[in-house]
Amino acid sequence: MRLEYFEMIDAVQSIDTENGVIRTESRLPETSPVFDGHFPTYPILPGVMMLEIMNHAAGYLIYMRLKRERFVFLGGVKRAKFRRMVEPGATIITEARIDHDGSGFFVASSSVSVDGTTTADAEIVMIATDFPNDDLRREFERVSSGIRWPADMVHP
Amino acid sequence: MSSTFETVAEVISETSDIPVEEISPDAHAIDDLGIDSLDFLDVVFALDKKFGIKIPLEAWTQEVNEGKASVEDYFVLKNLCARIDELVAAKAAG
Repeated sequence: MRLEYFEMIDAVQSIDTENGVIRTESRLPETSPVFDGHFPTYPILPGVMMLEIMNHAAGYLIYMRLKRERFVFLGGVKRAKFRRMVEPGATIITEARIDHDGSGFFVASSSVSVDGTTTADAEIVMIATDFPNDDLRREFERVSSGIRWPADMVHP
Repeated sequence: MSSTFETVAEVISETSDIPVEEISPDAHAIDDLGIDSLDFLDVVFALDKKFGIKIPLEAWTQEVNEGKASVEDYFVLKNLCARIDELVAAKAAG
């Protein structure tokens, strides 16, 4: 996990593209420029980054459901709550579920938890469209192939 | 049982904060009601759920972009309602 590079997911523990559910794992670094500023002397993960982790979990789910052929990104946040502080070094489990598969968009609900306690949850809108260029398509493939996937799932 | 237009008007009113009495069948969702593309996704999401259909927004957009249909064909509310009725009928026909 590299917060500064928006690499938010370390591993996909389980994914079911047909039923639209995913569970991911992220290990927060002990140090990061993000923690230097948020907050000085009291480092905690910004809520907006918890939201970004949920966005990525839902994004990987939809990206794989669409057979890695669509550019998936956050289109809106219908609701979000940040319930607990998350400290450096924490292991974050994120779950996401597709609630609605629309035409060119998805609505998903997601939550992040640490040690079994929910720290944030949200309902988000994800847009799925054509990649604007081949370089971005390749970059999506490179980043997604760099995370750990379930052993029974072949990923290039 | 409310008509398709009444349901569409209620959804637009709720999702876009527009008084229902200002929404007419001849209104253009974008030009007259000022609903932007992201807000329209909220409308489509609600209509998908209300009618149990999947409004083919991508295909419509593509048809407009390719000049095969006009924006009015899909975004004037009476026309949108007609498309919804077609989708509901097609679903019922299996």
